[in-house]
Amino acid sequence: MIALNELLILSAALFILGVVGFIIRRNILIMFMSIELMLNAAGIVLVGFSNKLGRMDPQVFTVFVIALAAAEAAVGLAIIIALFRNRESVNIDEMKLLKW
Amino acid sequence: MQESFLRWIVLFPLLGSGLIAAFGRKLPRAAVGILACGSVGASFVTGLIGYHKLAVLAGHGHGKLAALSDHLYTWIALGKLEVGVSFILDPLSSVMVLMVSGVSFLIHIYSIGYMAHDKSYWRYFSYLNLFVFFMLLLVTADSLPLMFIGWEGVGLCSYLLIGFWFEDPEKAFAGKKAFIVNRIGDFGFLLGIILLFWTLGTVDFGRIAETAPGKFGMGGDMVTLITLLLFVGATGKSAQIPLYVWLPDAMAGPTPVSALIHAATMVTAGVYMIVRLNVLFLMAPVTMFVVAVVGVGTAIYAASIGLVQNDIKKVLAYSTISQLGYMFLAVGVGAFSAGIFHLVTHSFFKALLFLCAGSVIHVMGGKQDIREMGGLRAGMPITYWTFFIAALTIAGLPPLSGFFSKDEILWQAFSSSQGSWVLWLVGFIAAGLTAFYMFRLLFLTFFGECRADEETRVHLHESPKVMTIPLAILAVLSIFGGWWGVPEVLAGANRLHHWLAPVLGNENGTFQFDAPYYPHAVEYLLMTLSVALAAGGIYVAWFFYIRKPDTTPRLAARMKICYQILLNKYYIDEIYNIFIVQPIKLGSTYLLWKLFDESLIDGLVNLTGRTVRGLGSIAARIQTGYAQVYAITFLLGVALILGSLLW
Repeated sequence: MIALNELLILSAALFILGVVGFIIRRNILIMFMSIELMLNAAGIVLVGFSNKLGRMDPQVFTVFVIALAAAEAAVGLAIIIALFRNRESVNIDEMKLLKW
Repeated sequence: MQESFLRWIVLFPLLGSGLIAAFGRKLPRAAVGILACGSVGASFVTGLIGYHKLAVLAGHGHGKLAALSDHLYTWIALGKLEVGVSFILDPLSSVMVLMVSGVSFLIHIYSIGYMAHDKSYWRYFSYLNLFVFFMLLLVTADSLPLMFIGWEGVGLCSYLLIGFWFEDPEKAFAGKKAFIVNRIGDFGFLLGIILLFWTLGTVDFGRIAETAPGKFGMGGDMVTLITLLLFVGATGKSAQIPLYVWLPDAMAGPTPVSALIHAATMVTAGVYMIVRLNVLFLMAPVTMFVVAVVGVGTAIYAASIGLVQNDIKKVLAYSTISQLGYMFLAVGVGAFSAGIFHLVTHSFFKALLFLCAGSVIHVMGGKQDIREMGGLRAGMPITYWTFFIAALTIAGLPPLSGFFSKDEILWQAFSSSQGSWVLWLVGFIAAGLTAFYMFRLLFLTFFGECRADEETRVHLHESPKVMTIPLAILAVLSIFGGWWGVPEVLAGANRLHHWLAPVLGNENGTFQFDAPYYPHAVEYLLMTLSVALAAGGIYVAWFFYIRKPDTTPRLAARMKICYQILLNKYYIDEIYNIFIVQPIKLGSTYLLWKLFDESLIDGLVNLTGRTVRGLGSIAARIQTGYAQVYAITFLLGVALILGSLLW
């Protein structure tokens, strides 16, 4: 049995990695991977608590999270492809049309 | 007592005006004319019915004040101020109603002929009817605010009708001038009303007459101030010094308009107002003195200008201003019934004079300069004879109406307790001038050789019957209209004086003034002097213009400065322009416009705009366009919330 504390620390570390990766990286695809990383970190927390509480609810929720991540990835990738077709680049620094 | 038919006196012309305004463009001209004249005629008939009822009522009271009233609804009910829309028919307003509706009726009929070829026929009659409505409202109102509505309304219609042919900028400007100068007087009038309400607590004529003697002291400051302010309004509306300058310019309007508004009705509103409020004026001898002096001063001043004018309508305009001066002289010395008497007779003969002038202008193809006329009497007999009768009347020859009314005023100016021989003398001289300039006009227009050009001469003809019949009726009224007020000294019953006595404060016992006693001989003497002077004036005019026509050009050459001053009406318009109009214009442009409006107010508004813009541009820096910066903002927000929750 893995202690809950360590699972939480792992999840926090993964989440922070995801956040930092999202903020620092310039490639859109890498930013997307960071988002997936954050979602997975949340999933780990849910599973850990499921084990601790002995209930099935968090695990059901985790399945939801995964399905959601998949759907969101699909839509997001479609947008990226459309962007790429327009701008020939995946550098997020060049996508700043919404600047005032 | 409530007599519901009274409202129709006022409402018929309003109805006529409204119907013509709504449908006039599509109706045939005959229909418009019949509708317009019919509505005024209906008012006149209703007025007659009212007069008859009133006479029966007054007869029973043997001189006590009898009045019919018609209350429609309460217009203002605000604390102490209660004003209803009510009409009153007492001896004074009955005289005014009959005069206004009667003369208006004749002028409407005349207008059918005069305006027959005008393209805005229906608009003219709509305005004219509207004017009659407002004038009748003015004279039948039973309270000052309601009268003020009529007062303003006739000013409005005057503006609309003077500037009737507004495509000509000069005519439009004349209308504007009339309205603006009127407005200045109205400001004083309104101040007077407000002050009166503030001190007396009522604006209803009946209640004013009841409460004023008790409330104000005789000759008190407050009542003097109120009456002076009201008189300022009267100088504007009735064209006295200093606010008369609009009336000569008002001749730009169609001649029947000049006849109706600027001779018979609107300009008399000031006199009517003073007579209506005679109780107040009798308590302010200072104001009465001012009124009399301004009146007689205006009379001689305007007469002097009329001596040398060359436009037929301008002579009549100055004559009107002069005769109005006589009416104010009368009310200024306390002879209210004499003032009203002259008001009525003047409406007859002045309207007649204007309509004759219109006839002449009509035939001359629109030209108004008497230097281009002459010898018209052969081709226009009716116009000539009626003009001649009117000229004799205004000169004051007995037994025509003008003699009785003007002489009554001069006698009262001499003999009344507020009069003086100086006032009489000035009025006397002005009467001589009047006779002279009227006959100058007659001789230059109708006698001698025709100085018009060939084309006009060929077209000379008498006006159609629809125009000459009103002339004839007015001539008859001018001749016989004075017999209503023949004074006792000439063995007359002076019916008008007795009819009006219950309404006048110095006759019905409200006040007692002791008048110095003059023997009848003095009155006969003054009367004879007046007639002699009138005859003399006529003789001099005959001499100057028929016998030796080269006299006046030589006189003009010898007294060049004097002639120029008179011809240019004492340069009053120029003086007003320099001292009043231009300073106001400069002040408005540089002070009010450039300084306040542009710099201050626009500046404030622009400042608000710039501030918002500035703040906005600072706030907009959050929008960097970088998705990652947005992500950091999210993070910060989450951290703040978590922090506040966990603490």
